[in-house]
Amino acid sequence: MAIQTKDVIWVEPPKLGILDQLYLPAIAGGVVTALKHLIETTTGMGAEKTQQYPEEKPKLPPHYRGLHRLNRDEEGRVKCVACYMCSTACPAHCIDIVAAPSPWKDREKYPEVFVIDELRCIYCGMCEQACPVDAIELTSVFDLTGMSREQMIFNKEKLLSVFDETVKAGTDPVRTHSGKLGPASEPAESGLTGTSSAQS
Amino acid sequence: MATVYVNDTPVDIGDEKLNCVQAAEKAGILIPHYCYHPALSVVASCRMCLVEVGDKKPDGTVAMQPKVVPGCQTPVKDGTVIITRSPKAKDAQERTLESLLLNHPLDCPVCDKAGECSLQDYSFGYGKAESRMNDEKKTPPNKPDIGANINLFTDRCIMCSRCVRFTREIAGTAELHITHRGDHAEIDVFPGDPLDNKLSTNVVDLCPVGALASKDFLYTQRVWNLKTVDSVCPGCSTGCSIHVDGNKGVVYRLRPRVNPKAQGHFMCDEGRLGYHYANSAERLREPIVRGPHGWSPVGHREAVQRTQTGFNEYSLRSITGVWGVLSPFMTVEEAYLLASWIRDFGKEARLVMGPVPVDGQDDHYPKDRRGNEIPGASKFTIRSEKCPNRKGVEAILEHFSGSVVSFDAFLAALQKGQVKAAILAGGYVPTGKGHWFPAEAVPHLDQVPFLVVHEIFKSPLSEKAHVVFPAASWAEKEGTYINHNGLAQAIHWISTPPGESRTDGQAYLDLLGRTGLMRAQQLRKEIGEKIPSLIQLSTGHLGSSGVLPGEVPPAQAPKQKIPVH
Repeated sequence: MAIQTKDVIWVEPPKLGILDQLYLPAIAGGVVTALKHLIETTTGMGAEKTQQYPEEKPKLPPHYRGLHRLNRDEEGRVKCVACYMCSTACPAHCIDIVAAPSPWKDREKYPEVFVIDELRCIYCGMCEQACPVDAIELTSVFDLTGMSREQMIFNKEKLLSVFDETVKAGTDPVRTHSGKLGPASEPAESGLTGTSSAQS
Repeated sequence: MATVYVNDTPVDIGDEKLNCVQAAEKAGILIPHYCYHPALSVVASCRMCLVEVGDKKPDGTVAMQPKVVPGCQTPVKDGTVIITRSPKAKDAQERTLESLLLNHPLDCPVCDKAGECSLQDYSFGYGKAESRMNDEKKTPPNKPDIGANINLFTDRCIMCSRCVRFTREIAGTAELHITHRGDHAEIDVFPGDPLDNKLSTNVVDLCPVGALASKDFLYTQRVWNLKTVDSVCPGCSTGCSIHVDGNKGVVYRLRPRVNPKAQGHFMCDEGRLGYHYANSAERLREPIVRGPHGWSPVGHREAVQRTQTGFNEYSLRSITGVWGVLSPFMTVEEAYLLASWIRDFGKEARLVMGPVPVDGQDDHYPKDRRGNEIPGASKFTIRSEKCPNRKGVEAILEHFSGSVVSFDAFLAALQKGQVKAAILAGGYVPTGKGHWFPAEAVPHLDQVPFLVVHEIFKSPLSEKAHVVFPAASWAEKEGTYINHNGLAQAIHWISTPPGESRTDGQAYLDLLGRTGLMRAQQLRKEIGEKIPSLIQLSTGHLGSSGVLPGEVPPAQAPKQKIPVH
């Protein structure tokens, strides 16, 4: 529905007083802050403001949207069922899937090929939202580099290895846990929790 | 004049015998239904089409029946009142859907039908959001071997019995049946008697859910990624109206399109699965010419120029040695362009009809249980003439030559060495039963000084030719096919010709020296105005169901309509 003019609330910026218009108090305030930081860092009195990257890696929040991974199920198989929801939702068209009948008895369909072009991806996280079986997730791996374009095109094996590495490192627990295939028939438990009951 | 009131909309049904679902469709209102299909008998087993029905008395009062009734089984008459969305009808539809979904697995992510599934659509439009089912869903095992082309996902079935009725009433071979009762009911075949008749894959289209799946299409594409065009099956002279579904230049499946003038509701498996050659990587991808140092690929323009030069040269030497062989796989427009070009060399230039492939006898359905034909009961026919457009090409030949000269005349001239410059329009669909050109005549082709062929694949013919044009498959063309009955139908392209190749029509247009792109609609108009026997093409439009001889063609392009069934 289009936005109506009557729905729009105009917010006026506050009027500046004489002191504000001089800008001198603000400049003085800035100088004081800079001096405070100078004294703190040279004498070691305050907390350190600088992170020693890359020796020290930052701890990113669990909802950070970095490199993708393909989750594994309890038996270590790829969890993806090749439903194409992620590639349909993807606004950058960076996911390419080729489906095939699965080699396992309890599953019908699996991705024979699953490729994400990490250069084309805009890291919006819509694939993660669209996935009905919690198979694709974005991790907090942010320092993604490669020597060529080909290296930045991640296939199924590479995406599964991202899962193995991030789970081993403990940086990214499996975020969602809405259940096995067929969640539409089950009531939703709670909102996003992120840490506990991982891989349930 | 009989008037039916559907949700207060009066509809004039004339003297047609309709049921509530059909009458509502006339009013533009959809009564949801699963088991009802216009080509099959009515069983009213799914209970999805429950509506309120009443009578309008002559004094204006309306007497409604106290219960909801199945719309598919209730005939309408003058004064019938149908209410599809009253609280009572809504409640009945909701409850029906809840019951159908009790055991239906919600595996839409892996189901091929998702996106075109009636259960999804009706659940969204008429159903409830949640289920009150507490028990485990029943999951009977799948039956992947129910037929050579068909897979049955047993747990998805909603027991509408459309497929069972199809095999009994249309195919007649009655392989499918329902075993067990109540919620143990399953679709099954007898051991050793799989669903293998020539119409079997129609049950996949009939299935309103994803229970019956085509093995050919299984897991290849999600349906919302497919683009659809209306076209005509090139498999035989029945000329079944079809939808062609493709994505990114690849044809993924063919589906029958309802057209009472052509074939009705269905199509045969041979036609349905006969599209694979269009996607083949083996196809010729660019024009090639034979020079003194062997074969070399050239551009389209150079191939056209060489053909023109060659024909000009030999037509000056001997006009009777110039031959054009038209194939029954060409569209009317292509045949017209090529025939015009050959005729431009002179009246003595020869135009002949290529061989018309015939395979056995016309195959009529329904058959009896043992597979024998039932005389006089034909509901569907697979014709023995395995080409789509013999009649259209013949009409063109008759216009340009006065009569249709058979291919034997060309072979006789070939044997005597009288053929000096020839163009063999191909586009013959490979059948796996040998090449269309008779093998014993191939050595004689060495004597032809200038031979041009249009072939889809490399063949004995393309080995002998001086210029080889890659032919476009029917999925890449615009044009007109005329079926056994004289019905002219339009075909449309879904993919582009492979590699550097152009469509056959474009090549003939360039040979003629006419500028611009090949546009079927304009050519159709030109043909219709010039050739009296093809007057049905004269507006350039053929509508979605085609034009029979003697019918008035539509003045405007058809609107694309999504079928209800």
